[in-house]
Formats: sequence, structure tokens, C-alpha cells
Amino acid sequence: MNHVETIHGFIVENFLFGDGGQLTNETSFLDSGIIDSTGILELITFLEETYNITIADDELTPENLDSLNNVAKFIKQKIPCAE
Amino acid sequence: MCGIAGICNLSGPGRISLNSIKHMVSVQKHRGPDETGIYIDDHIALGQARLSIIDLSSGAQPIHNEDKTLWIIYNGEVFNYPELRDSLIKNGHRFYTTSDTEVILHLFEDKGPACLNELNGQFAFAVWNAVTKELFLARDRIGIRPLHYTVQNNRFIFASEIKSIFTLPDIERRLDPIAMDQIFTFWTTLKGRTAFKDINELPPGCFAKISNGKVSIKKYWDIPFYSPDEQTDSGIDDIVQDISDLLHDAIRIRLRADVPVGCYLSGGLDSSGLTAKVVGDFNSDVKSFGIRFEEDAFDEGDYQNLMASHLNVDHKEITATNRRIGEAFPDVIRHCEKPILRTAPTPLFLLSKLVNESGLKVVLTGEGADEFFGGYNIFRETKVRRFWARQPDSQSRPKLLEQLYPYIFTNPRLKQSLQAFFARGLENTDNPFFSHMIRWANTSKIKNFFSEDLKEQIGSYSGRDELREMLPASFGKWDYFSRAQYLEASLFLSNYLLSSQGDRMAMAHSLEIRLPYLDPRIM
Repeated sequence: MNHVETIHGFIVENFLFGDGGQLTNETSFLDSGIIDSTGILELITFLEETYNITIADDELTPENLDSLNNVAKFIKQKIPCAE
Repeated sequence: MCGIAGICNLSGPGRISLNSIKHMVSVQKHRGPDETGIYIDDHIALGQARLSIIDLSSGAQPIHNEDKTLWIIYNGEVFNYPELRDSLIKNGHRFYTTSDTEVILHLFEDKGPACLNELNGQFAFAVWNAVTKELFLARDRIGIRPLHYTVQNNRFIFASEIKSIFTLPDIERRLDPIAMDQIFTFWTTLKGRTAFKDINELPPGCFAKISNGKVSIKKYWDIPFYSPDEQTDSGIDDIVQDISDLLHDAIRIRLRADVPVGCYLSGGLDSSGLTAKVVGDFNSDVKSFGIRFEEDAFDEGDYQNLMASHLNVDHKEITATNRRIGEAFPDVIRHCEKPILRTAPTPLFLLSKLVNESGLKVVLTGEGADEFFGGYNIFRETKVRRFWARQPDSQSRPKLLEQLYPYIFTNPRLKQSLQAFFARGLENTDNPFFSHMIRWANTSKIKNFFSEDLKEQIGSYSGRDELREMLPASFGKWDYFSRAQYLEASLFLSNYLLSSQGDRMAMAHSLEIRLPYLDPRIM
């Protein structure tokens, strides 16, 4: 399973109650209301636990975390050899 | 709703003073101003002050079974009583009243303590078996109705309120130092204890048997925990529909009364939702009642008026001015029967007075929704602090607390101090009390003002250790939200909100509160 699929599964399960119909790889989590500030917290915790990484303060940006593509790209940067 | 009282000899027959039980009942007249009733023999005296709500004409208590071997006194309502009554009649029981009280008695006669599992309501009652000379007491699941007791001088003495027990001249009135330590840690005593030495509370969800001079207490219900495997797989739409249906039915059976039922309307989500459902599904003429405050920061009058006007209900309000709060406070404490850490019960005391003066005896309230649907900030705060604890040096993560509590982060100069406040215990995320440790540590600072004598009596006692012993066996394995929810509901809701801000403030003005969100099917 690639990063996008893994994260897609998490978002759909935890924030969309199993219904991922509206979620594309480019959908902005915040603009679409899929995730609020507390939800971002859960997403970060999930990423840290799943990929065994630490996300620093200066990495907590929409460019890294606000869509499936952005998150996948960010994870790839953090752990280049993982896919 | 009513007040009950009793004196039971533990060492065989002996005269019990009629005046004693009369006095115990009369000091609870605010709980039951409509009529009183007494049963007395050489083993027991039972007394009841009644607020007549169901079966106004023939529901006087104590009530007996067909052959007068069982006698009941009862404070509360069992909302599913018509259904239980039908099945009891089919099983051959004969009724001489149309009250819910008699239903409980016959159900107890058939099923013993197991009858409690079938009762959907808010209650505290006592049943005397005149043949076996056994006394049975029980209290509702979450502790909406109070029941206190003491065992002294070979007697088991019980009552809805402690002041009733204190009418007996040989019962000493002493503060319990351990209770003081608990209250000034948890905001309330731990289950079973009261502020007074040797005066106990029958904990919520428990029953007591008094037989052959011995008192035994058993738990029949606890706040449920569902592991992920046991949780529903239903989609959000189905869950919403299920909750909506349950709430509809919880309200429907709580509107059962032979007197009109009103609604408390604070303007918040829970009471607004409740009132909207009452108006939409059952009674468009319902009266609602709300509290205003003279200080804008506390006042929710705009929301109340918006909702009242939207629903087109007859809404009455009382303004809890600082002066009124100050004047009523001594009465509030007398009714609470325990030290309290804020004046919040007082506006509810003033509100029940307004309802009483408006001629109503019953209101629905939105209490309980925040505990069972996870609405309180303490649940989110726990989540944020756990998140922060993963990177304790992060400057960004604690900023989520500012979103959670914008009203206390208004002063930039205090920001650092507030962050430091919430950072305390951040390394203890595995501690079962992680969610509540900050609150308890903060409250405990008040104990610095205890006298040296009191401190000495408390000694090295630890309320946390005692609480740890009381928790369900698997508590440590629960997810952190369920743990926080259990602590919040079992301590703060059961022992403080439902008492000091619930039953006591309403009954002070002969008002019965009914709480649909605490229907056992919803909990």
C-alpha cells in the first residue's frame, strides 16, 4: 500500500465515517472542513506512529499536511526509502 | 418526587418513636409538600413526604403489596412503569393505585434486586419485608436521586437528605477530615462518603440489604465501557438516526406526568436540542425557563431568546445578579449539604424558584449530554496534551490550547504561565488519571488553607490511591477518552452536578428535574 492509500484509509475511517466519495488527492483538508485543528492533531499523531517519524514545529504547514498528495510528498521527503 | 426517611432496629424488636420519624420527614417538606405518610411497627419506621406528579389522588405512600407483607417508600420516577405494570397484571398482580411506586413494589416482589435492571428512571427507594424483617434500599444507576444512611446505636437510619438524619438527637454532627481532603481535590467526596463523619451515601447504581442486623451493599450497574471490538460498525447516518430515535423515546416517557412538564433552556446545544424535540414531537405549548446574568461574559440570554423565539415557546427568565447570588448562597449550602467550590448551584436555586412560582412541578434538563457525547473541553484538552507530550519542546503544539480556551489566553503576558500550567504532568500520559490530574492538583492547593489540626487528621491519606481502588478492574487498559469520560461521569456528574447543581437545587423549591440524556439506553 502506498502512502496516499494508507493516509486515505485513515482520513476516511476517522473523519469521513467510511464515506470517501468527496475526497480527492488534491482536496484541502482544512478548506473542505474534513479536518479541523484537533483533527490535524490526530493526523500528525497517526503519521508519527505509522512511519516512526517526528514532525517538527516548522514542518506543521499546509504544504506538508493539507491534502493527501501533500502528506504523501512530505512523508516521502522524511523517509525517502519508504514507499 | 419526594423525600424518604426510615429507622430500622438492627437488634430485634423495640419501640421506635413516631415523633422521630415525623420529624425526619418534616425537615424534607421542600422535597414533598403535598402529603406525608408513615408506616411503623416494632422493627421499622418508614416515612415519606410526597410531591404528587403521577396518580395525584391515590398514590399516597407507604404503598403495600396485595397481602401487606411488603411496604415501599419511594423518591423518584420510573418512566417505563406503564409497560412494566401491564406485564405484572398479566402475571396476576392486583393494583390499588395507578402510581409507578406500586409497580416497583410488585416487580421487586417477583424479581428481587434483579428488578432494578428493568427500571428506566431516577429513583431511591426502600422496601420493607414485614415477614422476613429485611430491608432493601436502592438508588438509580447514575445517582440522580439521593439516599444517605448511617449505622449507629444498633439502628440503620436512612433518608434522602442528611439533615433528616440529623434531626435524631443522638446522631453526632461532625465533619469528616477525609471527606474534606476529597472535596478539595475532586470537587466531591468519593463514592459512599459524605462531608459528615459516619454518614454514608448509598452510591449510584447500588443496592443495600439489611438483614439479621447486617448491612451489605452491592453494585448492580456501572458506567459502561465498550472496547473497539464491541463498538458499532454502523455509518454516521445510522448512528444519528439511532440516537435521535432513542432521544425521542427518552423524552416521550419523561413527559409522562399528571401535571404539566416544562423545559430548562440555557441557549446551549443540549437544552436547545431537547426543547426543540419537545416542541417538534410532543408539545408545542411547553414552557421554558432560563437564567440570565448581569455580567455579559456569563450571560447567554441572546441565545435563549433566539431559541425561544425560533420555537415560539413561552419563555421565562430570571437574572442571577451578584447580589441575589450572595443573598441565596447560605440557603444553597444548606441544601447542598457539602462544601462547594463555586457559586454555580445558586443560579439554579433561583431558577427552580421561578419555575415553582410559575406553577410547574417538573422540568426536563439537558444535563448528561456533555459527559456521554464527549462535549466537555477536558476531553479535548486531554487529547491536545497527549499530542503535545509527544514533542514536549514544541512551541506549536500547545497553541491548540489557546484555541480550546481563548477566554483564558486573552492576556499575552500570561501565555507562558498558562502553557506551563498545562505542561504539568505531561510526562505522565500513561497515568490513568492523566486527564484530570491538572484539575485535581489545582484544586488541592486550597488545602494549604486547612488548619494544622485538620491537616494532622488527614495525615498521609491519598484520595487518588482510594480512587484507584474503586476503578473497574480493566480501567488501565481502556482508551484514554473512555478513561476521562468515566472519571468525569462517575465523579463530577454523579456526585456534584446531579446533586449540588441538580436534585438539591431543584428540590429546594419542590421541583423535579428529568434528564433524557441520562436514559440508560443512551448512557
